[in-house]
Amino acid sequence: MQSLSLGMAKTRGAVAMQILLTLVSPVTAASAVPLSNSPGSTSIFSPVSTPADSIFGLSLFVLAVTGVIFAIVFTLLVYSAVKFRKRADDDGREPPQIYGSNQLELAWTVIPVLVVVVLFLATARVIHGVQDARRPPGTIEVKVVGHQFWWEYRYPQFGFVTANELHVPVSDPKQPTPTFLTLLSADTDHSFWVPRLAGKTDLIPNHPNTMWIDPRQTGLYLGQCAQYCGTQHAKMLLRVYVESRPDFDHWVETQRQSVAANAPQDASAAEGRRVFETTACINCHAVKGTVANGRFGPDLTHLMSRDTLASGAAPNTPENLRLWIQNPDAIKPGSLMPAMNLTDQEFDQLTAYLLTLR
Amino acid sequence: MASDSIPISGSIRLPQGAGTTWLETLHRWVITVDHKKLGLMYIGYALMFLVIGGIEATIMRIQLAVPHAHFVSPEVFNRMFTMHGTTMIFFVAMPILFGFANYLVPLMIGARDMAFPRLNAWSFWMTAFGGLLLYFSFVGGDGLYGAGSAPDVGWWAYAPLTSLAFSKGHSTDFWTIALLVSGFGSIGTAINILATIISMRCRGMTLGKMPLLAWLNLVMSGMVLLAVSPLTAAQIMLMIDRYLGGHFFDTQAGGSATIWMHFFWIFGHPEVYVLIIPAFAFVSEIVPVFSRKAIFGYPVMVAATVGIGFVSLSVWAHHMFTIGMASYSNAFFVLTTMAVGVPTGIKIFNWLGTMWGGKIRYATPMLFCIGFLFQFLIAGLTGIMLASAPLDWQLGGSYFVVAHFHYVIVGGILFALFGAFYYWYPKMTGRMLDERLGKWHFWLFLIGFHLTFDFMHIPGILGMPRRIYTYEPGRGWEMWNLIVTIGVLFQIVAILCFVFNLINSYFRGAPAGNDPWDAWTLDWSTSSPPLAYNFAAIPEVKSRRPLWDLKHPEDPDWKYE
Repeated sequence: MQSLSLGMAKTRGAVAMQILLTLVSPVTAASAVPLSNSPGSTSIFSPVSTPADSIFGLSLFVLAVTGVIFAIVFTLLVYSAVKFRKRADDDGREPPQIYGSNQLELAWTVIPVLVVVVLFLATARVIHGVQDARRPPGTIEVKVVGHQFWWEYRYPQFGFVTANELHVPVSDPKQPTPTFLTLLSADTDHSFWVPRLAGKTDLIPNHPNTMWIDPRQTGLYLGQCAQYCGTQHAKMLLRVYVESRPDFDHWVETQRQSVAANAPQDASAAEGRRVFETTACINCHAVKGTVANGRFGPDLTHLMSRDTLASGAAPNTPENLRLWIQNPDAIKPGSLMPAMNLTDQEFDQLTAYLLTLR
Repeated sequence: MASDSIPISGSIRLPQGAGTTWLETLHRWVITVDHKKLGLMYIGYALMFLVIGGIEATIMRIQLAVPHAHFVSPEVFNRMFTMHGTTMIFFVAMPILFGFANYLVPLMIGARDMAFPRLNAWSFWMTAFGGLLLYFSFVGGDGLYGAGSAPDVGWWAYAPLTSLAFSKGHSTDFWTIALLVSGFGSIGTAINILATIISMRCRGMTLGKMPLLAWLNLVMSGMVLLAVSPLTAAQIMLMIDRYLGGHFFDTQAGGSATIWMHFFWIFGHPEVYVLIIPAFAFVSEIVPVFSRKAIFGYPVMVAATVGIGFVSLSVWAHHMFTIGMASYSNAFFVLTTMAVGVPTGIKIFNWLGTMWGGKIRYATPMLFCIGFLFQFLIAGLTGIMLASAPLDWQLGGSYFVVAHFHYVIVGGILFALFGAFYYWYPKMTGRMLDERLGKWHFWLFLIGFHLTFDFMHIPGILGMPRRIYTYEPGRGWEMWNLIVTIGVLFQIVAILCFVFNLINSYFRGAPAGNDPWDAWTLDWSTSSPPLAYNFAAIPEVKSRRPLWDLKHPEDPDWKYE
């Protein structure tokens, strides 16, 4: 119960809740625990950011209330199903016919109404806390644009664009530096869901939304698109890197730079750049400081600073990179990146060029 | 059995019908306007689609049993979940419940047929045609773009994925028109059921003396009228967008994606109650008979149903908590959604009150109803969790929600339906379903259901979204998905038991007699199966349980009601 007790230490009646929780959904609790600390965890029960935290607290309260209701009604049902079964020595007469009871009906109307009022108030408090939060000074602003099937991140405060891997600074609760995300879509509906940081919010074309996170622990937090957006909805993965402030500032500095204007040293890479800039690549991709300024696909200026390709679908290794250019369907069938019919040599040169985009 | 004591038998001599070659039999079924034959056709048609929808679900579960599986391509998987959802809601649940309503409502209110028999036939054939049209998309969906394909936009078909820019070919058109056509059928049936219940009740049957099944179907039909119409309107708007240059949902030209969501869910949420209320109706008939007690709190049950009907019209946006509505809008829909839990809870307590102090016979229909009660309780409670908007921000769109609504639809509606099959099959065919096989069916399905849908909650809590054709290893989802898939195997075996039982018992089942369960409503007073005219003489009733009055002249219900 490590992860659960961690969150509940703040909650009154933690012990009672813990018992209830274990009663109601033993499997759920058991499964959430061992995973909470593993790097791949996307459990809603191991929050590291205020919105996810307050939802976690509310979920324990709601679980406790519904758990009590479940225990009572379940017991009554089992009791009556067993106690009032027809016995072997039944006399064959009909039982006394009872048509109803106003007192009972009143009781099981009024009590649920009161329960609903309590649950509603607890819920409304969290809704207000999360949705109506203000931006403190020092807030990081990121514009998230959902695309079929990848994420574009714009940092207007710093003036650069990147893709698929979101970097945010860790937020100190005493002096919070939350990140506010403005959610936009370039095509269909998407949804931004990193369970350990916050609940999901949809990215809907013509309908800008906002959400915020203030992660209090550095690390990598995973998630993925949670609104069906087309063929490759499944591999529209989310990676949020929460970094210490110096690391984040360093990352920002790197991302702001253009690619060195002088041509790459390596001849193969130089040739690759020529291939890149004279084929359809630049219709969709941008490399800051060169003629490539397409916006349909991910910005490649600092491609090699990213751990993954194809919105998290594959690790960013030279082999995967080459395979991805040559045949995107091998990694992500149905992705909108076309397979370019180039020669093997050109693929090698192109890969060599992209490997210089650090 | 007490069937001898019922005076409402007798027969009317009818002119001999046409011959009995298979062609003539087929012809009689195709041209029939008899509510019983139409009811059976609805049920048979829906069972066929139940199997098809089940196969689609099985394909998805095989694909998801392990991470990074290659059983089907993403395109096929997306078609499978679109077709599974559309099929199960529009071509299984709705028609099968309409089928039972068609068959039972006139019998229970002492009428000889529905109010509009020909509208009834028209409605059935519209629904049937809609289903065939949907499945024709497998052949014609891509139109000029190549080989056939089914729609792959999800059963909510959120804009703008359905616009021509993102959905080429005709698969979305098949989906749209199939739902339009079957929607007309649903509206026709709803009008028919309303008119029948309002104007065709036998003498003495005031609204307050109607069987609960009739009451609940009355409410259901009213809701169908209110819910299906917006869907139909939205489908027409979508077609205008796609082919006449409209921009209702075309976000690239300033249209609104959220408007489609509102249209869809103002249909979609009442629809859930359209499906569950007839299931409540079955339980409200079966539980009293097998507990040997009158239904507890009849007027409150009626009031609760009407209450659910009204409140459920104001809860739709709880499907949209994540689309960025204002905090006060979210709060409003939290309140209305939680409020629906109150009348629903009242119903559970009243069924409990009915069982309390009774002598419960655990025949198969009652077993399924007990399963219903437990599972619906859990489904209701996970519903309360999801009604709390912040929890929905985490759990909405995840496998938790998938588990929740399958708990409602399979654990609730389908269990009640199976109960109804075992309960009314003797009336419909004159033969009993085999009890031993029925118990195998029940226990296997119960195990399979819980393996699949209990464990399906967990990957949702662990962050697994729905509608993904594959998933990454290492997030703790693997084991749960495997268990979920294993549960499907049990369900398949259980369904095979059921289908075999349906067919085998038709030929070899024990004769049922008029009233095998010693029941109390008018449907059990006539022969099994009832003749075309249902009742030789239109009955007259004095209470909600006319057959109880006949069987217990010393202590009739009408003294107390």
